[in-house]
Amino acid sequence: MHRYLVSRVLLVFPTLLGAAALVFILMRLIPGDICLVRLGSGGTSFSAAALAACHAEIGIDRPWWLQFLDFIWGLARFDFGTSMWSGKPVIQEIASRFPVSLEVAVMATLIAIAIAIPLGTISALKQNTWIDLAVRTFSIAGIATPSFWLGIMSILLVLDLTQAISGHPWMPSIDYVPLWKDPIRNLSIVMLPAITVGYRYAAVSMRMTRSAMLEVLREDYIRTARAKGLLEKIVINRHALKNALLPVVTVIGIEFAFLIGGLVVTEQVFNLNGIGRLMVLSVQNQDYTLTQALVMLVVTIAIVSNMLVDLFYAWLDPRIRLA
Amino acid sequence: MKIAVRAALAIAATALLADAGQAAESPKRGGTLTYMIPSDAPPSLDGHRETTYATAHTAAPFYSVLIRINPDNPASTTDFVCDLCTEMPQPTDAGKTYTFRIRDGVKFHDGTPLTAADVTKSWQEIVFPDEGLLSPRQSNFMMVDKIKAPDPTTVVFSLKYATTAFLPALADPYAWIYEKAILDKDPHWYEKNVMGSGPFKFAGYETGQSIEGVRNPDYYRQGQPYLDGFKGIYAAKQATRIDALRSDRASIEFRGLPPAARDELKAALGDQIAVQESDWNCGSVVTINEKVKPFDDVRVRRALTLAIDRWNGVPALSKIADVRTVGSIVFPGDPLAPNKDELTTIAGFGTDIEKSRAEAKRLLKEAGQENLSFEMLNRDVDQPYKYVGIWAVDQWSKIGIKVTQKMMPTGPWMETERAGNFSVDLQANCHAVVNPLIDVQPYLPSSVSAQNYGNYEDSEEMALYGKALHETDPQKQHEAMFRFAKHVMDTQAHKLMMAWWYRIVPYRAYVKGWKISPSHYINQDLATVWLDR
Repeated sequence: MHRYLVSRVLLVFPTLLGAAALVFILMRLIPGDICLVRLGSGGTSFSAAALAACHAEIGIDRPWWLQFLDFIWGLARFDFGTSMWSGKPVIQEIASRFPVSLEVAVMATLIAIAIAIPLGTISALKQNTWIDLAVRTFSIAGIATPSFWLGIMSILLVLDLTQAISGHPWMPSIDYVPLWKDPIRNLSIVMLPAITVGYRYAAVSMRMTRSAMLEVLREDYIRTARAKGLLEKIVINRHALKNALLPVVTVIGIEFAFLIGGLVVTEQVFNLNGIGRLMVLSVQNQDYTLTQALVMLVVTIAIVSNMLVDLFYAWLDPRIRLA
Repeated sequence: MKIAVRAALAIAATALLADAGQAAESPKRGGTLTYMIPSDAPPSLDGHRETTYATAHTAAPFYSVLIRINPDNPASTTDFVCDLCTEMPQPTDAGKTYTFRIRDGVKFHDGTPLTAADVTKSWQEIVFPDEGLLSPRQSNFMMVDKIKAPDPTTVVFSLKYATTAFLPALADPYAWIYEKAILDKDPHWYEKNVMGSGPFKFAGYETGQSIEGVRNPDYYRQGQPYLDGFKGIYAAKQATRIDALRSDRASIEFRGLPPAARDELKAALGDQIAVQESDWNCGSVVTINEKVKPFDDVRVRRALTLAIDRWNGVPALSKIADVRTVGSIVFPGDPLAPNKDELTTIAGFGTDIEKSRAEAKRLLKEAGQENLSFEMLNRDVDQPYKYVGIWAVDQWSKIGIKVTQKMMPTGPWMETERAGNFSVDLQANCHAVVNPLIDVQPYLPSSVSAQNYGNYEDSEEMALYGKALHETDPQKQHEAMFRFAKHVMDTQAHKLMMAWWYRIVPYRAYVKGWKISPSHYINQDLATVWLDR
């Protein structure tokens, strides 16, 4: 187990370096210039001298290789530099947005787990009944419905319903408040996006739970457990579900890592100032330093989350632990 | 057409009634205005170095300026009034010297008295920036020779030549007066901090989320501001802004929304929504890359402009897009703009479209370009780029030209323009205070204007521009400007003016005291705004 852990940790460094090189090159291959966007996106005129001064100020007039060395040297010291767009430390830019995305991701995950595992299990246990059909329809609808559409529809539904009931359209506040400052307002802001994202997430996990459970329920050891006269509750919870959860945990881990930086459209629809929106903005603005740091953050989260999933595997399945 | 005219008259009447109503009401004190800033966070809070309206909508309430467009009459293009000065000066020295007296008793929010030295230092940073400092509007002040403060209450601007372009340039809404002592210590301080003398004091800033201000009790205009404070919330997505207005999460968005949004809000909320509308100092302009064949041939360029049916097309387009008015390269309604009789003499602005298109076809045939096809570069932004682009493609198809559009995100679009990797490009030319002599700078030859991606040189154009710039007699200047515009739009057809944008600001009817202007950059200090609830 220790050797396994050490080898996984050692793999992290070349993966990060590869990701760093890739994002550095890709950003510079995209046509565009942060200074042009900054100085001229409003359609106003500016001089060539102003453009040159802007290039010099943010350091993109230097050779690529020098910029790359700077970036790697900064990474080694956990110094991501300053945003080319705002001039603020990149860490500060990310830190102010990270809690928003994290909160939505955690809540969406909790909603997904709360829906997916019970419904997926029931669906498998009641295979080919009307209950199974209803759960599968619900899950297919979740996969087929784009989150952004669901988001827009849910806001409109809330507006129309409140207008019809009270005469005054209502929607949650459009500026985020941290949970510890105002829990009720915070939950009113975060709940709709979490449900919107959590539904699709639940749909994927639900299908995975159902198919894994169906597979496990046909295993010999389940038949043996039933033949021994164990209570059905114990057979399902202790023997079937625990084994069926292995692929489900993988899906949940991958989805969670994706949610941290991937809530791009949801954050736009609900006006959440999170990492996904920051990512789009930094790419749009051609803010190399910020984009590089964000990609490295998402890669790190993906790696860590995969490692945690592997460790969870070992807890669920003793064979992995012993191997 | 009749419906459009009636609708316009109705809107004008509504605006007049609203104005009359506002004039009769006395402002109420108190309350916090929540408004939306239709963008993500601005790059910095420093108006001297940024060009985006996001910076103005974020920080303008914290600052004072030397002069400005009259906040009670912001629709005017010539009504300039003092903000920090005591009286608008009469120029001396044959129009080359302007002497401003600075108000007594003005204080920065930290209690430091504001003097002529602060005004001079701020303006010097804008007009003559030190090496390494960014001043994108520096070229607007090409006429300024020296700025001096002979004593603590006097600021003198000396010009290289007399020009009517100076005062409008001086009313730049970004020319915020900063504290000299702070600038001397760190010229970059204002990028991340706020210290002004405006109607509101800084209360908080969450990058990409919100900006907050509270009433400045020491503001030099007695009784103002009326609000206790304000909160600006960044909301880049239009649907969010409309929903927020509908649910009263925010009271106003100052930039402008498309006609459909106005209609949606009016339908949902009726009288609870008020609307102000204005021509916008932004124009959709087609730039032709004259280095690319066959666009080096003026006959081809003239054919392109002759094919556009502006008089019928623009009113139809105005129902779905943020455009409304047919005009030359000079803002419609400005004294330097051509009147309709003059305008109809310019190629592509005649009232007989069939005749124009016949002439366009003849020119194409003569140039051997009857089967012309090309790709038009366009910015991947809905309003009004995509709408105007689709309209242009349709108009050119009427004379047999096949055009496809290439939509690009802002960054790559700008880079493509700059690299000259296009044939025809749909652009926007937006400015703050209407100042036609400065606003037409992007149409000057490429060696003079870095923003002219047409890649042409034209000494005759420069001579015509020089005459208009240096002329101070209003009538002669109008004629000179018309000759310049006709040269750019017709004789050489360097630029194809498509339509002027139209600004529509729907807002909660309890917001009073704010008046729309032809620019979303100006009249944003919120000093006169109050809440009637």
